[in-house]
Amino acid sequence: MYSFKDITDGIDSILHLFLNDTFATLAELILAGLALIGAYAVLALTLIYAERKICAAFQCRIGPSRTGKWGVFQTVADMIKILFKELIRLDHNDRFLFRVAPFIVIIASMCTFAALPFAKNLHAIDFNMGVFYLIAVSSLGVIGILLAGWSSNSKYTMIGAMRSGAQLISYEISAGLSLLAVVILSGTMKISEIVEQQSEMWFIFRGHVPAIIAFFTYIIAGHAETNRGPFDLPEAESELTAGYHTEYSGIQFGFYYLAEYLNMFIVAAIAAVMFFGGWMPLHVSGWDGFNYIMDCIPSFIWFFGKTFACVFIALWVRWSFPRLRIDQLLNFEWKILMPICLINIILMSLIVVF
Amino acid sequence: METSANTIIFYILGAIIVLSSIMAVAYRGILRATTFLLFVLIGTAGLYFLLDYHFLAAVQLSIYVGGILVLFIFAILLTSRTYKPEPRDKFRVVMAVMTVLTGIAVTVSVLFKHRFLYSSNPTIVEHRETDMKIIGKALTGADKYQYLLAFEVMSILLLVCVIAGILIARKR
Repeated sequence: MYSFKDITDGIDSILHLFLNDTFATLAELILAGLALIGAYAVLALTLIYAERKICAAFQCRIGPSRTGKWGVFQTVADMIKILFKELIRLDHNDRFLFRVAPFIVIIASMCTFAALPFAKNLHAIDFNMGVFYLIAVSSLGVIGILLAGWSSNSKYTMIGAMRSGAQLISYEISAGLSLLAVVILSGTMKISEIVEQQSEMWFIFRGHVPAIIAFFTYIIAGHAETNRGPFDLPEAESELTAGYHTEYSGIQFGFYYLAEYLNMFIVAAIAAVMFFGGWMPLHVSGWDGFNYIMDCIPSFIWFFGKTFACVFIALWVRWSFPRLRIDQLLNFEWKILMPICLINIILMSLIVVF
Repeated sequence: METSANTIIFYILGAIIVLSSIMAVAYRGILRATTFLLFVLIGTAGLYFLLDYHFLAAVQLSIYVGGILVLFIFAILLTSRTYKPEPRDKFRVVMAVMTVLTGIAVTVSVLFKHRFLYSSNPTIVEHRETDMKIIGKALTGADKYQYLLAFEVMSILLLVCVIAGILIARKR
């Protein structure tokens, strides 16, 4: 199978020709950071285009079609437009917190992004407790949302921020618990090992019923964590104009927009890694010819294919269901989803032990 | 990583932590102070990452930043009115200065008295990451240097808190 190790090792040895160890490491850190930011931007553009096209298909429209063939450059044009927009200054608010809040949201999602395995040997951070790291840093974004709601000094944003806070804190629990079920099955929290263990068969097929339950609870909870789909009451446009980012304009609003789309991607990518084996091709033990053909497909195509399949599910749900009420939303989490997750963990432990 | 690069990163993190802690205490607007506390906590997590103490760093992020700080912000947002500056009280200023001086004295004396492993023996630096299995067994074992009892007491305490919270907040 083609591996990215040749490229990364090549860059490493070239840098070591010109620089000493310290500066070579520093240069590699900066290069990795730039590559991640670039991937972040490109993925955001792709996702926004995909969302517009898929949404159009669900509503029997054509979607963007004028800019470029099939409108592929529409989101690029929109990006240029948003970069030139004016940043509106508000009166009677806390300027500092107003400026800081979008950065907190986007940094939280960037941190999660860095720990994803994009392809074989293309994995920026591989911690021993990778899954725990993912859960930990994805809980930072809520602070940015709360600060944004407060510092805009408006009732709409405040209500939006409070709803979002309650929703994110509650659904984080279910998301964490359903990932924990997979951790129990694999016996490790290291993401590279979790992917490696799925070389025989993906966890969703190997983990019997609990893995399938965990997948569905994770998709629901992750969906709620991204403030999208039927769970978008923090920005319910019919009641709250636009929720917590009502007062933002220009690229500051763009940051929230980017973070929202990338969070959707991240949730889908974590689901793909934990349940569908990340970049690991579909292997069936014994079928050597089949496995060989599967290995010929490059690993990043597997990763992005699985992730975009999960993104498609998210978009499908989003454009199919009506919005929930806040009390229904919280009741659903605390009275239905979390007990299911807890029972699921017990089931999974029983299966692993016996 | 290279030792000199580690030192540079340590000083950057240290500067962030020191400056943000001063701002957190000095600002009178309570939500701004909380935001600077957020930077302090994230900087501390960065220090743990630098020490290859990844588990503790993730705990720091998920418990202090994702849990306690969010609780603080919620409490502030739900309770505080617009801020009115209080008149400066001389007695309070004196007490604050004395507390700060005592704190500095204690920290500095501990720093000078403590014999750091690294300064006496610079060869012990090696890349070492604690395995998750060791941490898990230490948390749920009943032998010496294992913490099952503390873990269980903690969880019962939290359960009591949850039940009490529901009891206070329930509809009558």
